[in-house]
Amino acid sequence: MSADAVIEARGLGLTFETNDGPVHALSEVNLTVGKGDFVSFIGPSGCGKTTLLRVIADLERPTAGSITVNGVTPEEARLARAYGYVFQSAALYPWRTIARNVALPLEIMGFSKAEQAERVARTMELVNLTGVEKRFPWQLSGGMQQRASIARALAFDADLLLMDEPFGALDEIVRDHLNGQLLELWARTNKTIAFVTHSIPEAVYLSTRIVVMSPRPGRVTDVIESSLPRERPLDIRETPEFLDIAHRVREGLRAGHSYED
Amino acid sequence: MERARHNLFPILVVVAVIVAIWYAAVVYLNAPWQLDIYQRANNTDWTVRQLVVDTMAQDRPVLPAPHQVAVEIWQTTVEKNVTSKRSLVYHTWVTLSATLLGFAIGTVLGVVLAVSIVHSRAMDKSVMPWVIASQTIPILAIAPMIIVVLNAAGLSGLLPKALISTYLSFFPVVVGMVKGLRSSERIQLDLMRTYSASTAQVFWKLRWPSAVPYLFASMKIAVAISLVGAIVGELPTGAVAGLGARLLAGSYYGQTIQIWSALFAAALLAACLVSVVGLANRLVLKRMGTRP
Repeated sequence: MSADAVIEARGLGLTFETNDGPVHALSEVNLTVGKGDFVSFIGPSGCGKTTLLRVIADLERPTAGSITVNGVTPEEARLARAYGYVFQSAALYPWRTIARNVALPLEIMGFSKAEQAERVARTMELVNLTGVEKRFPWQLSGGMQQRASIARALAFDADLLLMDEPFGALDEIVRDHLNGQLLELWARTNKTIAFVTHSIPEAVYLSTRIVVMSPRPGRVTDVIESSLPRERPLDIRETPEFLDIAHRVREGLRAGHSYED
Repeated sequence: MERARHNLFPILVVVAVIVAIWYAAVVYLNAPWQLDIYQRANNTDWTVRQLVVDTMAQDRPVLPAPHQVAVEIWQTTVEKNVTSKRSLVYHTWVTLSATLLGFAIGTVLGVVLAVSIVHSRAMDKSVMPWVIASQTIPILAIAPMIIVVLNAAGLSGLLPKALISTYLSFFPVVVGMVKGLRSSERIQLDLMRTYSASTAQVFWKLRWPSAVPYLFASMKIAVAISLVGAIVGELPTGAVAGLGARLLAGSYYGQTIQIWSALFAAALLAACLVSVVGLANRLVLKRMGTRP
């Protein structure tokens, strides 16, 4: 067990009991995420990548194996507010302005009014949203809403950021733009990021490490260390190195995918 | 302005058609009695024109004409002192006060019950069936008992009537608020969990704001049936005061014009109450940033 492991899973399994019998969402997952890593989980739908993220966040309880977050159980980590979670949709509260949405975790965690204002201003600047504080969510585009939800997850300065396909519902142009911004943010804040996606270019572009998963039961089939530098301009995606990693991810997905049924 | 004009014309047409049908019905329903009068007076040379005019000018018509009701309403509101027992304004106020008190108690009771039902499985299983059962009892059957029981307990006047309103009005609030407090999306609740928010924080910052539109929808129904409850509550009190008393007294003495004017006052009052709740709804939702 490495000393600076943020997430450490051993033989992790999760079986949902349904009326149609047990569903093995996760099986025998072994994983170590180090401090400052940007780890992507990629795989087809039903491979358990979102479930894995939810287990890390203590939104689901595993039925087998062990997992620690910051060296403690996920529940203890959640109670210690160790992570910020970004959902597939922005999940902003429609009756709150953008600034008050970003302030929501700060209110709950009992920050002072002055500190709330300071942190809201700082995180909104971090995601380039300055100027829309007083707007309501429906007045913003999908990309801006998702950026607001990232600001909300960053506001209380957890070292770990869990992101569940945050850009999945956005168009490619907006997604490219936000990917660039996310990398910048990661470089500036030095956070550990666990990122679920089903896009190969997104996974390769963002990650220091790519965890390839396969469905039924959800398990890890390959872990690819990225050889790309941490500094990544958008056109890095046309370099042979990038294409080589993307190829390996694709191979991993193919190998893990059972075509028999 | 343009839209208002567009809407006005069809509305006026519909109103005109209703009034025309009403006048036709007045002639048809009142004619037999009028013909009876002619016969008894050996008046054989009546004209159709005279018959039509006379059917609209009876003292106790089967169906009063719209203008008779209008005149009666005018005389009992504008031309009477509001403190007079013959003033429709006075009776409307008596009913309104019971309605508002009952509605307020009913709304608070409904919200409190809904909150406890949403937060406690035992309450959900034990109280909800009683809430539903309470509404299967006809209010006309239970209203006199409430009045009698409360009278025996030393309570009379406004409160017993208000409690009948409460009995009716808490129900839509319970049902609407249980639904509203449970209407938060899974993802919004998960978000609260990631912050390890307390139950109270989840309630005030998520469940309650999510339920506000449901609350207003329920309150619109509740305020209208509160009025029904207050009127029903006035019937067994021996026709002392209120719109219900006017209705009862009117039917005792065959004062159909009085009945109809009380009915119109009740309908107008209900419309006003519902639109006040609707206005409050719009103002609150606007403040909550709801998309116009």
